[in-house]
Amino acid sequence: MNSPLAQPRLHGNDGMPAPPANRVATDPYVAALRPVAGESAGIAPSPAPPTKVEIRNVNFFYGKAQALKNISLSLYDRRVTAFIGPSGCGKSTLLRALNRIYELYPGQTATGEVLVDGENILAPGLDLNRLRAKIGMVFQKPTPFPMSIRDNIAFGIRLYERVDQSELDERVESALRRAALWDEVKDKLRQSGLSLSGGQQQRLCIARAIAIEPEVLLLDEPASALDPISTQRIEELIAELKSDYCIAIVTHNMQQAARSSDYTAFIYLGELIEFDETERIFTHPKVRRTEDYITGRFG
Amino acid sequence: MQVYTRRRLVNYLVIVLSFMATSFGLLWLVLVLSTLVVNGITAITPSLFTQMTPPPGSRGGLLNAIAGSLVMTAIATAIGTPTGILAGTFLAEYARVSWFGEVVRFVNDILLSAPSIIVGLFVYAAMVVRMGHFSAWAGAVALAIIVVPVVVRTTEDMLRLVPAELREAAVALGAPKWKVIVMIAYRAAIQGLLTGVLLAVARISGETAPLLFTALNNQFWSGDLNAPMANLPVVIFQFAMSPYTDWQSLAWGGALLITAAILLLNISARTLAAWSSFKQ
Repeated sequence: MNSPLAQPRLHGNDGMPAPPANRVATDPYVAALRPVAGESAGIAPSPAPPTKVEIRNVNFFYGKAQALKNISLSLYDRRVTAFIGPSGCGKSTLLRALNRIYELYPGQTATGEVLVDGENILAPGLDLNRLRAKIGMVFQKPTPFPMSIRDNIAFGIRLYERVDQSELDERVESALRRAALWDEVKDKLRQSGLSLSGGQQQRLCIARAIAIEPEVLLLDEPASALDPISTQRIEELIAELKSDYCIAIVTHNMQQAARSSDYTAFIYLGELIEFDETERIFTHPKVRRTEDYITGRFG
Repeated sequence: MQVYTRRRLVNYLVIVLSFMATSFGLLWLVLVLSTLVVNGITAITPSLFTQMTPPPGSRGGLLNAIAGSLVMTAIATAIGTPTGILAGTFLAEYARVSWFGEVVRFVNDILLSAPSIIVGLFVYAAMVVRMGHFSAWAGAVALAIIVVPVVVRTTEDMLRLVPAELREAAVALGAPKWKVIVMIAYRAAIQGLLTGVLLAVARISGETAPLLFTALNNQFWSGDLNAPMANLPVVIFQFAMSPYTDWQSLAWGGALLITAAILLLNISARTLAAWSSFKQ
């Protein structure tokens, strides 16, 4: 982290518990928390939003190596939860446990419970395809399918629904509009999805994920391969999609976590160090290690 | 400065050596091709494509051999391609890390490098002896056995090149595995898969040994798959060995024809491969 906060601070060595309040108030991170135009991120989220996903005592193993240790936290409906932490800490692993995509690879196992609307999705015998249709995921690298822009979106819709052409066209258009991509691609829906720019490809992937109307959206560093302008568009998109979905986002970018999330979970070496409202995490973290990480003193 | 001079000299030396090695390799190719063109070009006449293989001393062409080669190659491709693609899919998608997959992969590699005359003998024993006569079917089956390992190998390699992210993205939408394979992986790898098939066709269109024991030859036009059928490689073999100059000339023409066809197939395969890209 190359932020102005990376400079050493006096209280860092003498064991003082927390920085003075006025010192914090001038932090750029806090400034980043101020509302983006037309959005109400600055106001603290309502006190008790309904829980959509409850993660209970989840452990994760790559073969014998344990990557997650006893993680418990809740993802709230219509809220954005950010997973932050240094590389290899397990934040992506946690995300990948939520739609069981890790099962593509032999040797990866998760124990514990993940309750989505009260149903344990880690239980054996679950219909994984149905689960994944309900929990959308967008990856770090844009992954358009080798087919037209329209077919990229139609692919997911046709998996579980029988729709006629005109309804399909409507669904494609509405997904592209919600992903803020429609105006850029409406005249070239038959062109390959690969012909788009990186930022457009990523919005296409988001459109594809929301076209099948999932209930939860998992975003695995969705903007880390994009330029700042595309990143901003993705963040604006997240702010809009929040009104409809429960969103979990993994990010390396501290400002992004501060800007786009309501809740933040700090994960370190496979353990959940702290989980709280984003504003609290970035202004008054309870745990020293969290503060060290978000201020850039380590990691 | 001395180090620099030495490096420049070594560099120069290596460039000269590698240039000579390349020229040595290319020289034979150029000699073979030029001999072929010089001797074969005079035999490329309209009658080559319109008349049957003649008895010595009379005029004729290679029509029945060309047709026979096309028929048997087509049947072999029709048998070998689906088999090879399905087996390659099994290896790449379902048996990447299983002992059974390892065994299949190993056996396939052996088959890939097996001398084609062994394949011919195998089909001779398995089909020709049982049926009691040579036949086009036996020839096509022998060629199909050569097609399968090539297609298996290219299919597996090409499917493995499909990025894991692409599969994950499809799986994350709730797509069942077979749909991910058919609609995403095949589509992403289609040029590679076609290239593999084209290379296999190029490989069998010049094979002589497996046909010598199976389809044998036929001096006349025959559309009967249960009877011996003429084909270019065996005709070339027979005519080139003969003492008759008119037969020898036809053999040169046939050889040029096959070489041109294989060249064309290889160029198409390369064009396809270059055109393909995952752009990720």
